[in-house]
Parts: sequence; C-alpha cells; structure tokens
Amino acid sequence: MLKKANAKKAGQRAGAKTSTGRRRFLKTAALTAGAAATTGLIDGFPLVWSQNIKDVKLMQVGGSYSAIKDIADQATKDLGFKVEMQTADHSALLNRLVTQPQTIDIADIEYFFQHHLIKRGTLQPMAVEKIKLWDKVVPIFTKGTYPDGRKVSSQGVLPYEVQYVSGPGAKEFAKSPTNWITGIPTVYNADTLGIRPDLVKRKIESWSELLNPEWKGKTSIVSVPGIGIMDAAMAIEARGDIKYGDKGNMTKAEIDKTIEILKAAKKAGQFRAMWATFDESVNLMAAGETIVQSMWSPAVTAVRSRGIPCYYAPLKEGYRAWGSNIAPMAHLKGLKLDAAYEYMNWYMSGWQAGFIAKQGYYSSVPEAAKKFMTEDEYGYWYEGKPAKGEIKDPYGNLMEKPGAVRDGGAFWDRMGKVACWNTLMDENQYMVKKWNEFLAS
Amino acid sequence: MKVSPALTSYLQIGPLLLVLLLFFGIPLLVVIAYSFFQFDGIDSVPAFDFVNYVDVLTSGVTLSLYLKTLYYAVVVWAITLLVGFTVAYFLAFHVQSLIWQMALFLLCTVPFWTSNIIRMISWIPFLGRNGIFNNALIGAGITQEPLEFLLFSDFAVIIAYVHLFTLFMIVPIFNAMARIDKSLIEAARDGGATGWRIIWDIVVPLSKTGIALGSIFVVTLVMGDFFVVKVMSGSQSASIAMAMSNQIAMVQYPPAAASAVILLIVVSLMVAAILRVVDVRKEIAG
Repeated sequence: MLKKANAKKAGQRAGAKTSTGRRRFLKTAALTAGAAATTGLIDGFPLVWSQNIKDVKLMQVGGSYSAIKDIADQATKDLGFKVEMQTADHSALLNRLVTQPQTIDIADIEYFFQHHLIKRGTLQPMAVEKIKLWDKVVPIFTKGTYPDGRKVSSQGVLPYEVQYVSGPGAKEFAKSPTNWITGIPTVYNADTLGIRPDLVKRKIESWSELLNPEWKGKTSIVSVPGIGIMDAAMAIEARGDIKYGDKGNMTKAEIDKTIEILKAAKKAGQFRAMWATFDESVNLMAAGETIVQSMWSPAVTAVRSRGIPCYYAPLKEGYRAWGSNIAPMAHLKGLKLDAAYEYMNWYMSGWQAGFIAKQGYYSSVPEAAKKFMTEDEYGYWYEGKPAKGEIKDPYGNLMEKPGAVRDGGAFWDRMGKVACWNTLMDENQYMVKKWNEFLAS
Repeated sequence: MKVSPALTSYLQIGPLLLVLLLFFGIPLLVVIAYSFFQFDGIDSVPAFDFVNYVDVLTSGVTLSLYLKTLYYAVVVWAITLLVGFTVAYFLAFHVQSLIWQMALFLLCTVPFWTSNIIRMISWIPFLGRNGIFNNALIGAGITQEPLEFLLFSDFAVIIAYVHLFTLFMIVPIFNAMARIDKSLIEAARDGGATGWRIIWDIVVPLSKTGIALGSIFVVTLVMGDFFVVKVMSGSQSASIAMAMSNQIAMVQYPPAAASAVILLIVVSLMVAAILRVVDVRKEIAG
C-alpha cells in the first residue's frame, strides 16, 4: 500500500503526465525521488507497495568497475529488496547474457553491447516516463549533444545512437529520442594515455606518442581487440598515416592498413605488452615496464597511490570515451520488473554517482552526485578545482594530497573532447580475424 | 540373485560412461553442430554450411597460428622431456632408499600445491625490466642494460610452460622407471656396458611408455592453452586457443567452433602418432 505522504507528493505533479492504473505507484516513486532530489533527502525509499517486494532479488552482472558490491548493499538497504552484484569481464559477460540470460536480472553492459543484444532480444526497453530523472541525464546520452548544442563525436558507438528504440520488441535502434530507452547510463569516462613523467621527461600531447620509436619497448595498448584497435587508430591517425572515415567503424581496407602498421610496430619492438586487466595495466606502469600506455583513470590513480609519479595526459586529438548502462533483462516481469524500475531510479538518485565519482568515473546525473560528495570532492572530481583537503577514495584511502588538480580538468573539459567511443564495428568478425593475425605475427 | 558377468562389466563402466557422455560427448556434439552454423556478424544462424571450415582452412592466419603453437609445443616438449627424464632417472636409480625416493618425489610436487596462475604470474616480477633477475645481473656487473627479452616474449612463455608442465613428464616416466628390474641394470654393468649405453639401450626403451604418456600430457596441454601465452607474452603472441578465445569474446561461436573441431582433429592425430610409436597399453596393463 502506498504511504500517504508519497501519495500526496504524487498528486503534486499528477497533471504532468497521463496516468494509467498500473503506472501509478511507479510514478509515485519517481516523484518521491524527484522531491528527494530537490530536498537533498532520499526519503520515500523503499516504496513498499506490497509485502512481496521483500522477497524480490535482483542479480546485476557487470564489469568490476561498475558492478560494485557496496552499491548493491546500499541499494538493498535503501530499497527493501535484495540487490546482488556479480562481476564478469567483457567476454564472460557477453557470453553469459547470450547463453544464460535467465541467470541475470540486470544487465550491466558497455553501450556497444547493445548492438550484440538488440536483435537477440536479450534486454527489454524501459518506458522513459518511469525514469524520473531522465531529463536530468547528461545530454551526451539523451540527445547526442553537449550542453552548448555541439554534436558529440559519433565515431564508434555513441551511446545516444543505441539509447532509444520504438518500443518493446524493437530490433533496431530509433534515430531520435522516443519514449523507450534501452538502458540508463551508469558509469562512463574519457580515456587517454597514462604517462610516467619521471621516465618520459617531456610533455606528451598526442596519441601518436604510442607509436613514437623514442619509447620503443615501453608502450602498451589494451589487448581487447575492439578497444585496442581504437587505441591504435587514435595513434595512427594522429601520426597522419591514415585518415579514417570512422575509426569506430572501419572499412576492411582501413582494418588492413591499421593491422599492417601495428604489425610493423610490433616487429620493431614498439610495444612492451598489451594489457588485458586493470591490474595488469597498473603493474606494467608501476614496474616501469611501460611509460606511455593507454589506461583507465583509476588505474593512473592506483599507480600514483603507490608513490610512483603517473599522470593522465590530456591530448590534442581528444579522448577515447566509453560508457556503461544497466537494463532489465527480457525475462523480468511483474513485481520483479517493477523492482527493477525502482532500482534504476535509485541508481540515478545520487548515492552510486557519489561512490564512483570518488574512483574517477562519471555518472548519468552529475548534480545528483553532489549530495553524496563534499564540496571539495565535487570540486576536485567534477569541476577541475584544486583539492582543498585530502581526496580519498570511497574506502577512505588517500588518493590525492591538497592542492592536486584532476588531470584533464573539469567534467566538460574531459567529456567535451571525445574523439571516439568504444565500439562494435560492422566488420567486427573480419577485425577479430586480422587482430589474431597481428598477434600471431 | 546372480548377476551375469557381462552385466557386471556394464554396471562397472556405467558411471564413467554416463559422465563422459554428459560432460564430454554431448558438449562435443554441440560444438560440432555449431561449427556448421552460419554467422551473420552478430548472431549464429542454424544451418549446415562448410563456410566456417573453408574460412579457417583458407586463412593465412590459421597457418601462422598453428606454426606458432607447434613451435611452443615442440620446444616445451623437448625441454620438459630432458628435465623430466633426468629428474625421474635420478629418483629411480640414484636414490636408493625408498623413503628418500618418495620424499624427493613429493618435493617435486610441492610447487603444485599453489595455483597454476600464481606460479605463472610470479615470473612477471622476477623477469621484468626492473625485476629481481635483471637487477641481480646488473648488480653483478654481467650486463649494463636490463635484458628485455626475458619478459613478454617467447622466452617467457616457454619458461612458464616448462615450469607448469614438467611434472606431467616426471610422474609417468618415474612410474615407468620404477618398474624396471634393477637386476637388468646390474647384468648390463657386469657385461661391461657404460652408463650411457645402459641409459640408451635399457632405461629409455623400458620407460618409453612413460615418455609417451608424458609427451601426450605436455603436447595436448600446450596445444590447447591460451592463458599462459596471453599473460606471459603480454598478449603479444598468439596460440590457436587464444584466437578462439578472441572469437568467443565476441560471441562468434560458429567460426570458433570450426577452429575447435580442426584443433581437436590435429591434436587427436598427434596423440595417435605418439601411440603408434609406443604401445601405452602395456604401461596401463603393467
């Protein structure tokens, strides 16, 4: 049963949207949280409309950087039903989504996975009207633009391109915003090169440095084919060898040329290694095996927290961005689906945003993060301001000393310079084949 | 109630047969079925099509992958054989006391009480550019610059394979050698045979079943590996299984299944060849 207070809040905005009986409680949930967002309180969670909700358990499976147990624990506490997290790497996750969809309730995936999943009908789209903070989501996702109206680079899979569908059961993405979304954005970032300034000893301003013989045997890219080839393409294009039509969706000829250049670089001993996991990238850099390497933001911080100098270089060509989203699996229905919507709304309400911001990641509604961060923390992570006090990670470990400024600066200085997105190419099968050829060379 | 001998036999092999059928036979059939499916770039479409096989067999990548994997297999096989044979020989013929024999044999297995992955990864800080070994070399004045080829190279891959797989050579060879009648060796020595002659003419022929079994273990393990090669080469080298793993990562099941079936055939042929040379049944029937 609805609590009275919630019902009252629901009434305040009831005129805004057409109402159907089934949607009533969800809208209430949305409005409750909307009110919470303005007052800075998360009251009204959990919204218990049935005793049965307590028995609901949602299993979210995703990457280690987003399917974090602390988030599940907090959600469980706030919502009154159980949320559990399991982590899986890209490969394991995609395979599990495709072959054992029943074992997952909430898919926590990178945006380009949507291309793998839409034709298979693995996920179900969500009604925008049930997502209360949708209009607060960063426009990169909702409109494919920056706040000033500029278009975001659509090289690779721009989240906006896979964000909307015409409705449940759709096998293709909608070209413009609709009332149905494929998921809500959760964690995203702009990736660039990590640098060891003590060993490089000069300014690094371009992706082309990955292929610069000056760092022979001391560079590294990601070993995941679809992402590694993007790192390579950024470097190759920056060096001027190839002008790609779309780095994120290369033609066969472009793939051939890219792989030829990679093979030549490998033969010349340019790469020390390619990294597959977060830890590998940290260890390579910390041990001095590599000094110029594509990395994730928290990996750079992890190197630095060992007392080893390392920075995340803003480069003139821009960033290789990526984004994750969460979506309910197709098999969810009834109470479980309602719980999933409830969870999505909780996810966007700020706690998660505050948590992952302290690891260097961005979330769908940055302003919601404010409530769960100190002014200094928000200033450091989002606004590019010098830290006034010590900056700590979500677990209280020291990350930065007072005076530190985030590499690359403020949110829009970083996310505003996206050159391309993690991708799934049309010629993916051919690309993987050629990548294997590169490895075997 | 009396059970006929035939029925007893069936009952005895029943559980194993069931396990093999469920966990080996059926999955294998699924893989074979998938290898004939079509792949449209995103999804697998049920079909009966040889396109995946044609693709694998006509692709230049396949040859280079097989050459690379065979190279690892041959080198690792040779080194593990040499090391495994030597260790087994020492244990079987030089250590007289049975207690010491067992104690030393157990010592060989001690590293295997830790996980494969830990044993492999511990090589990384050891062999790295600023690792223990390079620092020792530089400290001792043997080299000026760190040796780069030690890590993320074929050298690193092979050293990890040898470390991981030598025991699979030691155990069957030691087992075979332990069965050799010591009086044969004495007779040979009395007859004036040299130590090398004894090894070559008596020990090797009599332990060849062990050598064959060890070889099968090592060769099949290397042929099917992708993890060691990935970690120790820093993802810069490839094996057949690693190429498959890259395909599976993108849910390209049909081409990966076709590669798997071809690999299975190749490895089966290699095992058949080893068995052709040595009758391993003698060992098992012992």
